[in-house]
Amino acid sequence: MTTATVDLTDIARNDEGFFLDPEQWTEAMVPALAMFEGIIDLTDRHWQIIRFMRSEYLEKGTGPTVRVLGKASGVSIKELYQLFPKGPAKIAARIAGIPKPRGCI
Amino acid sequence: MAIMAIEPTMEQRAFMPATIEKVSIIVSKGSLDGIYPGLIMANGARAEGIEANMFFTFFGLDAIHKTRHEHIKIATVGNPGLHLSTWLGGVPGMSSVMTHYLASKMEKIDIPTIPEFIEMIADTGCGLFACKASVDLFGLTKEDFIPQVQDIITVGEFYEKAAGGQIIYT
Repeated sequence: MTTATVDLTDIARNDEGFFLDPEQWTEAMVPALAMFEGIIDLTDRHWQIIRFMRSEYLEKGTGPTVRVLGKASGVSIKELYQLFPKGPAKIAARIAGIPKPRGCI
Repeated sequence: MAIMAIEPTMEQRAFMPATIEKVSIIVSKGSLDGIYPGLIMANGARAEGIEANMFFTFFGLDAIHKTRHEHIKIATVGNPGLHLSTWLGGVPGMSSVMTHYLASKMEKIDIPTIPEFIEMIADTGCGLFACKASVDLFGLTKEDFIPQVQDIITVGEFYEKAAGGQIIYT
């Protein structure tokens, strides 16, 4: 498996699997992190969301909610749930190495 | 009568999942403050990856009614949370004024309108159902509801759908 080349053992994560230090994250970790979330077939659309999560976090200090993703990422709510069935913002945040997005809507 | 709390046994605890996997949310009220909490709970459940269904009953049906769901208002009479005296709350048009005021505040913090919110919730994969008894009571048909409503179901069918999950009544 290609993921064996990426070492995630030194990454500090909380009980829910979110990075404690987003600085530890690199793009090379994405396939392994995605596989850990059950996403084996990582597409360009997944990458689009993961990069969007990352840039929003770096810009605003918090990751976007599903509603924000639906309005600003270029991917519809329906497709977001197809890409990340277990919760688009939550799962993509874990893969993007950022904290859990805070926001009720 | 003595009320006893029945604690689960060790064996029962072992079978209880530590996470919530499924919720069924009942919306029974037709006011703005009666509808939003259920919508937020449903949308939030899907965001967490929790399976969710919504069941609209009685005046809650207005939330999925094609023409009425754009005109949901906040109750200004008998609503102590507004801190408005009853006579003032009863002034004609007061409900509309307060609803507009609240709507503008909601827009500022990007809370979607009820029609937009329900469409979004349907897009997340949450099921939307109408209660048969209420539909019959108000003389409605499936055509009166927004197309995202999957079915008109009985209370028995609701319990079948809710099986294995938590039920939230609002």
